[in-house]
Parts: sequence; structure tokens; C-alpha cells
Amino acid sequence: MSSQLPTLPALLPMLKRSAIATIIAFFLFLPTLGIKTAASGGVDGLFLQYRWSGLAIACGLIFVARMAMEIFGKKQDGTSKPAAAPSALVRFFGSAKIAKTVGPVLLVFAIVFPFLPFSDRYILDLGILIITYVMLGWGLQIVVGLAGLLDLGYVAFYAVGAYSYALLSIHFGFGFWMCLPLAGLLAATWGVILGFPVLRLRGDYLAIVTLAFGEIIRVVLLNWRGFTGGSNGLSSIPRPSFFGLPFNQEPGGFAATFGLEYSSMQRIVFLYFLILALAIFTFFVTGRLRRLPIGRAWEALREDEIACRSLGINTVNTKLSAFAIGAMFGGFAGSFFAAKQAFVSPESFNFMESATILAIVVLGGMSSQLGVVFSAIAMVGGVELLRQLQFLKVIFGPDFDPSQLRLLLFGLAMVLMMLWRPRGLVSTRTPTVFLKDEKTVSAAMISQGRG
Amino acid sequence: MNYFIQQLINGITLGSIYGLIAIGYTMVYGIIGMINFAHGDVFMVGAFVSLITIIIFGITGTSSVAVGIGVLILVAAISMVIAGIYGWTIERLAYRPLRGSFRLAPLITAIGVSIFLQNFIQATQGARVKPLQAIISGGFTILEGNDFVVRVTYMQILIVVLTFLLMTGFTYLISKTSLGRAQRACEQDMKMAMLLGIDVNTTISTTFVIGAALAAVAGLMYLLYYGVIDFYIGFSAGIKAFTAAVLGGVGSLPGAMLGGLVIGLIEVFFAAYFSSEYKDVAAFSMLIVVLIFMPQGLLGRPEIEKV
Repeated sequence: MSSQLPTLPALLPMLKRSAIATIIAFFLFLPTLGIKTAASGGVDGLFLQYRWSGLAIACGLIFVARMAMEIFGKKQDGTSKPAAAPSALVRFFGSAKIAKTVGPVLLVFAIVFPFLPFSDRYILDLGILIITYVMLGWGLQIVVGLAGLLDLGYVAFYAVGAYSYALLSIHFGFGFWMCLPLAGLLAATWGVILGFPVLRLRGDYLAIVTLAFGEIIRVVLLNWRGFTGGSNGLSSIPRPSFFGLPFNQEPGGFAATFGLEYSSMQRIVFLYFLILALAIFTFFVTGRLRRLPIGRAWEALREDEIACRSLGINTVNTKLSAFAIGAMFGGFAGSFFAAKQAFVSPESFNFMESATILAIVVLGGMSSQLGVVFSAIAMVGGVELLRQLQFLKVIFGPDFDPSQLRLLLFGLAMVLMMLWRPRGLVSTRTPTVFLKDEKTVSAAMISQGRG
Repeated sequence: MNYFIQQLINGITLGSIYGLIAIGYTMVYGIIGMINFAHGDVFMVGAFVSLITIIIFGITGTSSVAVGIGVLILVAAISMVIAGIYGWTIERLAYRPLRGSFRLAPLITAIGVSIFLQNFIQATQGARVKPLQAIISGGFTILEGNDFVVRVTYMQILIVVLTFLLMTGFTYLISKTSLGRAQRACEQDMKMAMLLGIDVNTTISTTFVIGAALAAVAGLMYLLYYGVIDFYIGFSAGIKAFTAAVLGGVGSLPGAMLGGLVIGLIEVFFAAYFSSEYKDVAAFSMLIVVLIFMPQGLLGRPEIEKV
């Protein structure tokens, strides 16, 4: 693989193609990036702002990227490089041994994490957020990664769980541990109600129906003011207690009972371990389910539905079980969310939240549990990093908030991921039948559905 | 009764807009069997391009009607071209490399493109709603009852007439031209079409460009009719137009138009007689109901799955 720099005659068509790409990019960006409509506040309503420098930078980037693709990418004369061997990163994470070591190391780190010296309130909140996303990711992974059903309204089940806890605890005074299974059950029931009619149809219909369902739930939560509080949401939801001991300064509180000095951190640490326990529960349940016949059936269904039907698998029930179990974990996570925030409102359950969870599953490798952990960390960490990128204000103007770019980058990453490595970064697939010892099929082989 | 007629007129106007978007869904689905989730956002981009072009040309409600309509045709042409480039680029970059990949892959990229476009417009154009003064105002009264006056605005007439013209031209394109023949051939059997010398890639690209151009016209109409747009309009309009496509029978062009009208009427009547807050719920529930009871739609053929 010699990557010599091309000679001049070879360079000319490359320049031409790059120039065409740049011209197209110019027309794409001109009315969006180049010209901005801004409100003047006067009678005229809107006026235009021009950002020629931003437009020039964007077009320049496109030209450079296209040139780089021409020079270092695939050759145009049809002799593409032989199927690339899995890169070092993929081999590293893909090997079963590493996966077996990294998992426990991460778990131990997660357990000691709240007691590390740098773990202040802010860091712990981030940790809780990451683990919540990991749990949601694992839940959605059953539906998307294993059963191959694209669910675009996962956040609806999260919302069902959150509102279940909020309403049950406010109106009936139920405790957290009593609401948790109820919330899961209600979310699963909604999953069945929604899934039953639609799962008989082609997979793409499911995607759009779940999208519509997510919106229905949000609109209902927003407008059924008597029941859900409308856009104001529900506040003063009881916080969970430590086996009946509340986290406060009262004599009967957690700190007083154990003879500790009261600190608001105790509640945060408790919440951290609560979500960690829930996530580990999710991990083990999904891990075991994959090895049960039902899990095998899910994966078989993802690969070839017609073959499954001809082998006597009841496809509707199998899909429904995946859908309901995924929804149940969403409900669990939702009820934790309500308990942690002590406040729920429809704003937390919009489509972008569903998209975020889907992005985590897709970027983590559609069926890798470890991958979900890494992509959740990368995502939450990435958002925190984005807040620091102040230089982007040069391009977009002074009132630009870099964290707005979060979802833009997710969208881009989802597209690139599918193009580059459709089965995900950490894609491994364990064969069901072993001859002598366990082997993993490499990502490169299954990337196009082979292997 | 007069109230009913007024709502009927409003519903037909809205339905025309949905129908134009639905054509893009139904064509793409017919030819490559994939839901183009980003289509609603192409509609949104079309609306934004129209808005910017209108401001550049500086037409307002005070311009004379002839000038106004002339410039609007120019605006429509420009935003059709730009949206067409968007459609072409999306197909070329995000969907074509995945043709023949596993089933979920193009759906996920489509979602990715949709999220990207929404947030790209939010980042570049701002999150606030963009108001536009009415350019074509006025109308005439067609029925005068005791308590309620039925009015048709010039804008509504323009929307319905333009939709009708576009549909006629488009039907001609599909049924009579060589491009239309190539599209129908690809729809029936892509491999065979390829063997017979049809450039399948070009045909698919053209399908995306046409769909995007029609969505851009719909975007312009939406902008003129409601007078306010934001980066999020593509989401709910997209789902409703998709519902229209499914209701009419995916793959059927008259079906898309019919479905659009039905969805527009359902939305308007639900808002008029029951609750305007839940009108989206009505349209979205319609999608679920249609899929349960008649998945092949009003004018579609039942889908046969082959190995």
C-alpha cells in the first residue's frame, strides 16, 4: 500500500471534482450559512445578515476534505483497496478477552467513583447522567440492536415511567421501590398496546409510528393540564429515601441514624448508586436474555425475517417481547429520572431525547453492550467539551451557543457511522455454535452483512 | 353550514400543501423502498430559502399583484433549485453508498440527516420563529349567511391552483416522458431496468431532486399561508405528509394527493369542531389507525414480500 503523491496529470481531474463539490457546497450553504434572517424588532420584521467569511470557511473545508478523499481515499479506476483489515482500535475492543477485562475494570471504577478525591457535585451529576444514558441505551439496544426494530419514540416510554412515578407518589403516596415495578409495567403495557398492531407490518412503518406515538404522548402531557400539570409539569415529587430514612437534617434522617455529619452530597451519592444498581440490573437481564432462546430469536429476526417465519418462529410475539422489554427498561429509567429531579415536564421528553438515545446505540455498535458505555461517555463528555468551544462564535456570530451544535454533530456522526462501519465501532458477533473455542467475527467481515 | 364550508376550504388548502410533500415520500418509497425521513426537513429548508429570497427581492404586500406573482414564481424557481441540490446531495452522500446494505442502515442515516438539517438550520438561522408579512392579501366572499361569512383568500386560490398545475405537469412527466418510464421501470424491477440500459443511479437521483423541488414549493406555500416558519416545521409536517402517503397507498401518486387532502381536512375539522390543541394527535392517530386497518392504503396495491 504505497500512498505516493499523485503526479500533475492525475491531480487535474481530482482538482476538477473537488471544485465541483465546492460549487455544490457553495449553493447548499449560501442561503443557510451565508445569509441569515434576523428580526429587527421594527415594522419591517426581518432583515438579512451576511456571513461571507463563514461561507468561505465552510466551502474551503469542503474543498480540502474532498481533495483529501481524492488523494488518500479509494482510487477512482475501480481498483479499490482490498477489504481493510480491522483497525487496531476495532481489534482491541472487538476481542472477547479485552471485553471481558474492560467490563469489570469499568464496573470497579464506577463503584469507587463517588469516593475519588475529584468527585464533587458537578462530576457526580455528570456520572449520574452518563449512567442514565447507558441504561436507556441498553434498553433501546434490545429493540434496535438485537431485534432490529427502529424505535424513534423511545422517550415516550421514558416519559410514561417518569409520570407514573410522579403521579403515583403525589396522589397515592407510593414510595420509590413500589413505583419502580409499576412504572416498568405501565411502560411495557404501552409498548404492547403500540406494538401489537404495528409489528405485523414492515419495519419502516414501525419507525414512523413510534415517532408519531412519541409526539402524541408529548402533546397529551402538554395539554392535559388537570392530570399532568401541562407545560408547568409536576413539581414537589417526593424524593426517594434510604430504606425509609430521608436525606435531611432531621433526627430521624439518614445522617443522624448512622451518626454521620449531614451533607447534601449523601443524597447525590445515594442517587448515583441507585442508578448504577439499576443499570447493572439492566446489563445482567439483557445479557442473559441474549443467551436465552428468545434472544437468539431476536437476533435471527433481525437478520432474516422470512427465514425465521419459515422456521416456525412467531415473529409478532418475538418482536412484541423485545419491544415490551425495551419499553420496560425505559420506564425504570424514567421513574429514576423523576425521583432524581423531583420535577417532570413535557420539555424533557421531546424527539431530540429519543434521537440522542438512538445515537448512543448506533454509535456504540448496534449490539455491543460495552460500546453503549463508551458512546454514552463520549456523548455526555462531548457536550461538556462543546461548551468550551468559544472560537466558533467567530463563524456564527457572538450570540451563538456552541452546545447547540450537539445534535448537529450527533446527526453527522450517525450518518458517518453508518457509511463507515454500519455495525458500529465495537461490533462483535458471537457465533451461536462453537466448534472448539469461542471466536469473534471481525467487524470488517460483518460490516456488509456477511460473516 | 357556512362554518363547515369555510373549514372545507381551509382543509383543502392545507391538504394541497401536505399532498405536495407526500409525493416526495411516495416516489422515493416506490423506487427504493425506503422512508426518506429527511424529506420533511428538505421542505423546511425550502421554506427558509423562499423566505430569504423574498427578503432579497424586497417584495411586500404593497407591491402590485402582477409584480408580486411574477417575483413569487422566481422565488419558487430559486428555492426549487436549491432544495433540489439538497435532495441530490443527500441521496448521493447518505443513501447511495448504503444501497444493498442491511435494512436498518439507510433508515438510520435518514434520521441522522434529518437531525443534522434541523440543527444546522437552527444553528445558522437561529431558533426563533421567522415572521413574514402577507404578500398576497385579500380575497372575496362567496357565501353570506346570517351569522357567518365564507371567504376565500387569493392566497388559498393560488395554492390550490398551483398544486393542481404542478400535479398535472408531474403526472405528464411520469406517464409520458422517457424519464417517467425509466422511473416506473426502476420501481418494478431495478435489476432488470439496469440490464436494459437504464441508468438507475441517475433515475434515483432525479427522483430525489423532483421530490425535493415539490417540497420546496410546498415550503413556499406554507410560508405564505401561515406567514411564520421555524426550523422545526419539517418535523410535524413531515409526519403528516408521510401519513398522507400511507393513507393514499405508498407508491401511488394520485394516492399521495388524495391522502394529503384527507389529512388536511381531518386536521382542520378536528381543530374546528373539537380541540385545536389535539389536532396533531388526531393526524398522528390517523396514521396508526390506517396502518392497522388498511396498510395498503386507499389506492395502493398490497405489498407482497418475496425472498
